Amino acid sequence: MDEKNIYVPYRMRIEKITQEAPGVKTFRLKFVNDEDALSFSFKAGQFGEYSIFGAGESTFCIASSPTRKDYIECTFRQTGKVTSALASCEEGNVIGFRGPYGNIFPLDDWKGKNLLFIAGGIALPPMRCVIWNALDRRSEFGNITILYGARTVSDLVYKHELEEWGSRNDVKLITTVDPGGETPDWKGEKGFVPAVLEKMAPASANTIAIVCGPPVMIKYTFPVLDKLGFTDDTIYTTLENRMKCGFGKCGRCNVGKVYVCKDGPVFTYRQLKSLPAEY
Amino acid sequence: MIESYLLQSSSLTKLFNKLIETRHIYAPVKKGMVTSFNRVESLEEVAKDYIQTTISAKSILFLRNEILFHYKQENGDVKIMEPDLQRIPELVIWGCRPCDAKSFKSLHSVFNWDYKDIIYSSREARSAIISFSCNQADEYCFCTSAGSGPGHTEGSDILLTKLKSGDYLAEILTEKGQLIRDMIPAIFETPSSESKEDNLARIPIVFDTAGLKQKLEQAWNSELWITQSMRCLGCGACAFVCPSCSCFDIQDEKHGKEGVRSRCWDSCGFSLFTRHTSGHNPRETQAERWRQRIMHKFSYLPDQQGFTGCTGCGRCSRACPADMNIREHLAALINDSTSPENRVA
Repeated sequence: MDEKNIYVPYRMRIEKITQEAPGVKTFRLKFVNDEDALSFSFKAGQFGEYSIFGAGESTFCIASSPTRKDYIECTFRQTGKVTSALASCEEGNVIGFRGPYGNIFPLDDWKGKNLLFIAGGIALPPMRCVIWNALDRRSEFGNITILYGARTVSDLVYKHELEEWGSRNDVKLITTVDPGGETPDWKGEKGFVPAVLEKMAPASANTIAIVCGPPVMIKYTFPVLDKLGFTDDTIYTTLENRMKCGFGKCGRCNVGKVYVCKDGPVFTYRQLKSLPAEY
Repeated sequence: MIESYLLQSSSLTKLFNKLIETRHIYAPVKKGMVTSFNRVESLEEVAKDYIQTTISAKSILFLRNEILFHYKQENGDVKIMEPDLQRIPELVIWGCRPCDAKSFKSLHSVFNWDYKDIIYSSREARSAIISFSCNQADEYCFCTSAGSGPGHTEGSDILLTKLKSGDYLAEILTEKGQLIRDMIPAIFETPSSESKEDNLARIPIVFDTAGLKQKLEQAWNSELWITQSMRCLGCGACAFVCPSCSCFDIQDEKHGKEGVRSRCWDSCGFSLFTRHTSGHNPRETQAERWRQRIMHKFSYLPDQQGFTGCTGCGRCSRACPADMNIREHLAALINDSTSPENRVA
């Protein structure tokens, strides 16, 4: 029987801070205790509670791949109290982390299939974990396509990684910015993600679509996928709802009878359709 | 394994005095208009004539505000000091009502599913619940429609029912109850033939619990969620007084380089409960929050844990400043569920 106080976080030292976009940072975190690092493991899709002692906890996915074993990364936008406190941290500072919580992207079930990632704005981080996970196991999958859009060029996160993905010949990367968000030397697409998706018209045969983005993007992307022939079971997304505990006790992240923290955050479109729109 | 005994009225003091030698006793105490659970030193302090305490007995096991850990920042690191759960004393909840005792079952379940909450569990393990059956009720009580009743035994370690003679029927319900009996066995005598049921309050059944879940699910699109919640102030009093409500918030409090992270009671009736930092709120209106409260108790919890998150104590209706009556509202929703336009597609 596990007799641990489940509210006590791991202590994590910020090893590296990357400014991804205006207001968006990535922290690379290492366990202060070596034993914690050894016993810790997670899978793509899971999330954690990151905290500043004295300011509180905030929920983000683990944005690094489980195949990169000696650290975890998270990417967040400075918005509220906790993310503002996190944003003021410097390399070397110690923060709290609880996790991993939630279910996973069933990567093992996707072996042999093509993967189509569709992400918008700050929703690339939850997908980055599974993208790198798939790239680190590249031979197990068919075509890998990434469609990523943001409002403006400067809002695109993971710019170096986008370059890397774009230069690989085993990945097809399409980036787009909203009309008016382009710079003079922008070489990507111009237009909203659902429209660009419709234009690129990826084949749905033997393909899994993983969609993550703001509610409005999700809303208009599902019908396009539907039109392209994707079935409800081949479309995956990851939900976010306000959370405190992360393990089904604090009572606020439920969508109907389903807890995003315990039963999610990863859901198929079929599951999503059976739930009330409380997300 | 229920064992019944007779406890003479004079033996009640003996039992109380025996328990207080080794345990902290929490019991209803009347102060002005309010009866609430407080730590007591003698049986004289315990309220004798009350239907229900204002705040439920949950406050003894699930504290209104509980420190999860202390932290201290030093030398570029953080030191975390966990509460010493071994220091939680042996407790007796004395004078619990059967509805409150039953609610501990749902608290236990929420705090133990998948992830065991040792803070709650440690306190629970050190607590014994001595309940008293209800021989009176008021118009808010509806335990008999919520799977409980005035002499319901679930959740109690010992249930005492006052008989017409002034003596008590003592039902020993658990091992913890047996341990208490064995502390002072002489006072537990052969029971009289007087029936327990004859000494319980009569609480009419207002709706059928069996079909409740399904009927509420059918009423998902009912206009009643809106009309019933129109007067809701979103004050959260219902959740505060509820013996089964277990939703909580986690907050940090900081004093210079040190502080605490604690959890405190929260309510699904608050707009902030679900509001994202972006401003987006999955349950934007009070009607959606009211529906959440009812569905959580009568549909989601039965699905997840096999029982409702309501024991019919009626506190939410007594406490509501806008006079929302859960018993009447449930009855209306059940009625409305039969209307075809409310069916979920």
